[in-house]
Amino acid sequence: MAGNGGAGTSNQEAVIRVRDLVVAFGSTVILDHIALDVYRGEVLGFVGGSGAGKSVLMRTIIGLLPKHEGRIEVFNSDLSAITERERQAIERRWGVLFQQGALFSSLTVRQNVQFPIRESLDISDRLLDEIAYAKLEMVGLPPDVGDKLPSELSGGMTKRVALARALALDPEIVFLDEPTSGLDPIGAGDFDDLIRTLQQTLGLTVFMVTHDLDSLHQICDRIAVLADRKVIAAGPLSAMLASEHPWMKAYFRGKRSRFAGL
Amino acid sequence: MRGELLLRSTESGEHLRLAGAGAWTAENAGALEPLIGAETRGRRRRRAIKTVSIDMARVEKLDTFGAWLLERLSRSWKARGCATQIVGLNERYSGLLDEVRQTNRATPVDPHGHGNSVIDTLRLIGVSVAEVWHDIVGVADMLGAVAVALARVITRPHTFRLTSTVHHLTRVGWNAVPIVLLITFLIGCIISQQGIFHFSKFGADIFVVDMIGILVLREIGVLIVSIMVAGRSGSAYTAELGAMKMREEIDALRTMGFDPVEVLILPRIIALLIAVPILTFLGSMAALYGGGLVAWLYGGIDPDIFLSRLKETITLDTFQVGMIKAPFMALVIGLVACVEGLQVKGSSESLGRQTTSSVVKSIFLVIVLDGAFAMFFAAIEK
Repeated sequence: MAGNGGAGTSNQEAVIRVRDLVVAFGSTVILDHIALDVYRGEVLGFVGGSGAGKSVLMRTIIGLLPKHEGRIEVFNSDLSAITERERQAIERRWGVLFQQGALFSSLTVRQNVQFPIRESLDISDRLLDEIAYAKLEMVGLPPDVGDKLPSELSGGMTKRVALARALALDPEIVFLDEPTSGLDPIGAGDFDDLIRTLQQTLGLTVFMVTHDLDSLHQICDRIAVLADRKVIAAGPLSAMLASEHPWMKAYFRGKRSRFAGL
Repeated sequence: MRGELLLRSTESGEHLRLAGAGAWTAENAGALEPLIGAETRGRRRRRAIKTVSIDMARVEKLDTFGAWLLERLSRSWKARGCATQIVGLNERYSGLLDEVRQTNRATPVDPHGHGNSVIDTLRLIGVSVAEVWHDIVGVADMLGAVAVALARVITRPHTFRLTSTVHHLTRVGWNAVPIVLLITFLIGCIISQQGIFHFSKFGADIFVVDMIGILVLREIGVLIVSIMVAGRSGSAYTAELGAMKMREEIDALRTMGFDPVEVLILPRIIALLIAVPILTFLGSMAALYGGGLVAWLYGGIDPDIFLSRLKETITLDTFQVGMIKAPFMALVIGLVACVEGLQVKGSSESLGRQTTSSVVKSIFLVIVLDGAFAMFFAAIEK
């Protein structure tokens, strides 16, 4: 449970275990027999080219897309072999941050954060309010944001509110779909710090789909690379930089990479 | 009860010792909160207590919910002037507790406030009146913008968006024909049946033909068609423009140097101006047909008698009075729908609200306009 931020996580318990997963749209195979482990307490950065299927894997794990073959285990239970009730119990133990935030536009910020809590716990309105404001402050927003509508927020604030909502029920795993996309470099850096701080204080496991090389460098314990419909590598950044695979060379040591000179 | 295990208190003189246990997590927050409330609120009598220690050694799990409740507990004792300390908390949760300590420091102010109810009511009335005025200005503004766009298109005919206009004409005109025919036909049938049923009591069956002819051609045809078009196409216009507004498509058009009124609104309004008179004509014919059919089958008035009686009572004026109203109805529906569409804000709720208000306002205005026309035609004795 403790958020140990260290990179040496290979001998730990895997909270997400994906084996032989195949996902296809019609006859187009997106993910072809892939395998991936996510260990408790780590931040896993998941990278790959645009359209390679990073979001597809994330959406398949959280059950928004159907799989063709294979096994997905979360907290040691096979998601396709459990009852609806067990599934709901597992869903309460993870939170998802969608790329565009996906805030409910007709609810205020506070109601957005309270929504998952209100639906699954029976607690007083006073505590609901206090918890919502606590979550908002933990993601770095002032309390007066609580009464705003999502349409009145800037891009960075929307992401923070969406993160507060994803963390509403104190989940053990959070899925982040490109958390820093659309933010300026300073905002993205702050958001990275925020994720790291929360991950350590709350002991989270973070599965992060990203394109941001700085995020990978700053906060990820391990990186998994999706290319040619497979997970071709998973390991710490140093291993990625050492790889001779052409796509990985271009990605990690290309023109835009900060690590080119390392 | 499991809740009892979560928090236990023992007193010794000036010292109160609270011992937490179990999982202080979201699942147990509902049970834990009343216990914490009881510890702080219900014990005002025990003023003797000077020091409080909260022993967290036996708490196995702590999350934000538990950490906040712990913080609330210690804050409330501190507020009463007691020296409060937390002991035995597992090292790994100290970061979380520190984080939670920073929160809920300032009480957020209620933005609505509670004022005088009389003043609030007056304020609401004022706001509504201002909104009515705002609506009138909005429609007048749109009418002006459409007129300017039309003038610009007439001077430069190649800028007229024919494809778009025909596309909208298909949707609001051609595709509406079946449902308009069906409904006006049924209404014609009903008017005829009711007329025969009541007129036959005093042997005036044949005057049903007069009633159907005048009612349908002057009023019912154009009213039913306008109300249907407002519900069917006006709402669609509002929703389309509103969704485009939400996704910044209208702003994109503007930055490319296009006038949204010319590109989006003029084709829609021209399509309505063409479609509503056609639909009114078709609808009136269907209603007459339905009325005649029921008069024949139910009232025993032969079709040739029906037709000759119709010719006697109906003048060209009756028909023209109905038809001349159609384009004005179309204009009102189109203008209201476009104004409402452009007022949509960012949320999906506002899209729904503007669509509803578009339909309600255009039906209301159609009926008001019909009343104004009735007074006008009475004044010029048509």
